[in-house]
Amino acid sequence: MFDDFFIRALVAGIGVALVTGPLGCFVIWRRLSYFGDTLAHSALLGVTLAFTMEFNIALSVFIISSLIAIILIQLQKKTNLPGDALLGLLAHSSLAVGIVVIGFLTFIRFDIMGLLFGDILAVSVDDLLIIWIGGALILITLKFIWKSLFASTVNYELAEAEGLNPDRAKAIFTILMAAIIAISIKMVGLLLITGMLIIPAAMARNISTSPQKMVIYSIIGGLLSVIIGLFTSLEFNTSSGPSIITAALLLFILSLFKIKQSIKLKN
Amino acid sequence: MSTDQNILVKLNDAGLQLNNKWLVKGVSLQVEKGKIVTLIGPNGSGKSTTAKIALGIYKKIDGSVEKYTNKVGYVPQKISIDWTLPLRVSDFMVLTENLNNEIIDEALSLTGVIHLKDKNLGDLSGGEFQRVLLARAISKKPDLLVLDEPVQGVDFTGEIALYELIKKISDELDCGILLISHDLHTVMSATDHVVCLNGHVCCSGSPLDVAKNNEYKALFGEQASQILSRYEHKHDHIHTDEGEIKKN
Repeated sequence: MFDDFFIRALVAGIGVALVTGPLGCFVIWRRLSYFGDTLAHSALLGVTLAFTMEFNIALSVFIISSLIAIILIQLQKKTNLPGDALLGLLAHSSLAVGIVVIGFLTFIRFDIMGLLFGDILAVSVDDLLIIWIGGALILITLKFIWKSLFASTVNYELAEAEGLNPDRAKAIFTILMAAIIAISIKMVGLLLITGMLIIPAAMARNISTSPQKMVIYSIIGGLLSVIIGLFTSLEFNTSSGPSIITAALLLFILSLFKIKQSIKLKN
Repeated sequence: MSTDQNILVKLNDAGLQLNNKWLVKGVSLQVEKGKIVTLIGPNGSGKSTTAKIALGIYKKIDGSVEKYTNKVGYVPQKISIDWTLPLRVSDFMVLTENLNNEIIDEALSLTGVIHLKDKNLGDLSGGEFQRVLLARAISKKPDLLVLDEPVQGVDFTGEIALYELIKKISDELDCGILLISHDLHTVMSATDHVVCLNGHVCCSGSPLDVAKNNEYKALFGEQASQILSRYEHKHDHIHTDEGEIKKN
């Protein structure tokens, strides 16, 4: 049944949504939207590297994204620049370097639009394996660090004082972020991966009263976005990534009518 | 003196320097099972810093900390929770350890906030939140409780009840408590050992010893020393000539 490109895309999308749901909640809770964006931008460099060295794309993207995360942490320690400036610096320079390198690789034809916005036609059976096995590994790891990551998201000092090792959880979470970007790049494209992380989780926040509910709604929102988006993409011949993200946006707008908690004045 | 086995946490000449400024320096103290050690001192004297050193939150410290337990309950002085998280009181209670419903209910009842169990944490008043913080810390049945001004913002009658509860917990669980408090009246009656800080340990000992100390008098004034002395009759232990504490 995986002969049909559309079924492949659907299975891939469902796999991605199952993982971006819970990860996206942490991206929102820990205010990492722009961090995710930076890692995603650096993915282009990873893709070009994969083509140059004839290397697996997902693995190459994962390595480059992790490297960028490490560079970011080092720059934060060594410079006096604010975090958002460093993120912007890394995001745009890695994107630019990626495009420049592509310019040199005249012997390879790049589908740049596909890289930026995702391409359902490009999803192969190998990609499905990477998404589902990689996704399962991400979810298992996340389950393992959940308590400590969640506690330190609520309050770092409480988690540290009561022996939950928040620094280790944070480091592992950063690796998970690089991993989800690596496995979902073909599906959603590097400009829109962060959207897949944030928008369903943001929708879920509007209608949730507890962290568990938010994670579940975020997964459901992601799944619905993938299904609606891909069918639209098939019907109207639109790019898969933007179609999925547009569907997610529509769900978010719907959720605005059902906001659970009154907006706080203190924020 | 109790044996070394009873020691839960021990600070040896510990201190913390931040941006070339000492927040606190040369603190030696120990918390033992079933004992309440209280830190007092003016604002900025390093009480909270000392508590965090004892908890192992700071990594680059001077001196050393020996921590002999991992079952710790902590009530921080300030806690800023990000309200982007949908978090109910019941979710907060299991933040660092999974507990069953009965234990959660029991702890919330003890601090008088069982009716808030399903409320959103962001909707609580300061005093209510403080009671939830205390409930969370005691629900784990920890060996070591570190309470940084645990009753701030709690109403007057509640304050007395909570201090009685803290004393009771210390006895029942046989846990050691490191307490930070401004309220000399209520605390001193239950405290076994007082450490008076002012960037360094300016004096320490039993409440009575501290009250008599001249440095303490200089720091808090003559009146404060009378407050401590007044509680002398309430002590359930006597002080021997060697400065040891004996339970009656």
